[in-house]
Amino acid sequence: MKRHYASLAFALSLLAAATPAFTQDKSIVVASTTSTQDSGLFGHILPLFKAKTGIEVKIIAQGTGQALDTARRGDADVVFVHAKSQEEKFVADGQGVKRFDVMYNDFVLIGPKSDPAGVSGKDIGTALKTIQEKGIPFVSRGDRSGTHSAELALWKQTGVDLEKAKGPWYREIGQGMGAALNTAGAMNAYAVSDRGTWLSFKNPGDLVIAVEGDKRLFNQYGVILVNPEKRPSVKKELGQSFIDWLVSPEGQAAIAAYQVNGKQLFFPNAEKKAS
Amino acid sequence: MLDGLNAWQLISSGDAALFAIVKLSLAVSLSAVVLAACIGLPLGAILALTSFPGRSAVVVLVNAFMGLPPVVVGLAVFLLLSRSGPLGDLGILFTPTAMIVAQALLIVPIIAALTRQTIEDLWIEYRDELSAMDVGPFGRVTTLLWDARLSLLTALLAGFGRAAAEVGAVMIVGGNIDGFTRTMTTAIALETSKGNLPLALGLGIVLVAIVLAINAAAWGARVWSERQAG
Repeated sequence: MKRHYASLAFALSLLAAATPAFTQDKSIVVASTTSTQDSGLFGHILPLFKAKTGIEVKIIAQGTGQALDTARRGDADVVFVHAKSQEEKFVADGQGVKRFDVMYNDFVLIGPKSDPAGVSGKDIGTALKTIQEKGIPFVSRGDRSGTHSAELALWKQTGVDLEKAKGPWYREIGQGMGAALNTAGAMNAYAVSDRGTWLSFKNPGDLVIAVEGDKRLFNQYGVILVNPEKRPSVKKELGQSFIDWLVSPEGQAAIAAYQVNGKQLFFPNAEKKAS
Repeated sequence: MLDGLNAWQLISSGDAALFAIVKLSLAVSLSAVVLAACIGLPLGAILALTSFPGRSAVVVLVNAFMGLPPVVVGLAVFLLLSRSGPLGDLGILFTPTAMIVAQALLIVPIIAALTRQTIEDLWIEYRDELSAMDVGPFGRVTTLLWDARLSLLTALLAGFGRAAAEVGAVMIVGGNIDGFTRTMTTAIALETSKGNLPLALGLGIVLVAIVLAINAAAWGARVWSERQAG
């Protein structure tokens, strides 16, 4: 079996060598979330980082859970995600070196303009409880993403036991934020979204923000270098320089400067020490 | 990069980002077809011309694998090429090379199965002649493959069509990295998820047009060579 792999490896490396146009030298792979990519943030900040350092950043946009798993396998150099408890566990398990706060925005409850549950302007707890009691359709990401974790935490704080309360009204789609918003629009349903994706979403239909500005809707993003001691393939210098840049005044200013339709999407808050 | 553009503007302006995506899609899928042809054509011909115990089982298996779900192939290649997988040291996960490998695996069964059928049919016609001329097994395979080349073009086109159209495998092993592993199909999936439906549809139209152009070119080549052959 070993020899088969060796010959297969040889054949593949020939193939890789035969496609030189595809290989780039100074590059890192960053496993990040659909919310940062779909909102267009990376399209704004990565060219600035590349202009300064010459480092190409390749973004794999996945849910937070999947992104951490990609990093755990050693297939990414850096993770840039938004589920603090999962991130802290990742570092505690020795998979990551150190976690840095980078920026925050907030989650919003999106729903149909007609507001069938009558929750507009309520606090998030009351809103979710009402949606569940009335059995109004609600779209959940259902994909272990940061937004999904946040949504589950909100249900828990609200005192709704989802396992019992689940019914046809609660629709888990197992897809990214954009797909969840598309689905909510088509089904006249409510959904929890990060504000960045919501603001840059191009197909809002009849959807509007139903609940926002609640303290419980805070959404913190963090960045972690994958532990090179566990995964020798990690490009630690290049990865660390990306992290250093993100938390530097320059990187923070670049994040703050990103706007969609005149609205700032992410608020830098890296001054705190790594946790 | 593609944001805020109407699909038609995008196509008519010859947008550089779109051009790069189209180029990568073609490079990956055509390479996959070449790679898969190198395996699938001989495999199909050998299956058609030999008999060995378990041959029927192999034929059924190859036929069944024509329906392999791209996501499953993608996942298998992902696990193989992941840093924690057996071929992780190559470091080719999330590169176009990995995408070529995944698409090639996906279409080898299609090319092999269609080749087997074509060669089997031709063999009935050629059997007496080739047997009388005492042509060896290698000569039979090459003669039949060469003489069936125009029909086999269909097999290659079927393979190309599947490779160019699939999204599940390239998404998993390529990672849909902007400017590096983003193909037509993954770009369409991404724009759909961003709610940019007109652009997604526009990209879809471009993809269909390209596949159509390639099939037309192949058809033209076939007609031309048939005329040449008289």
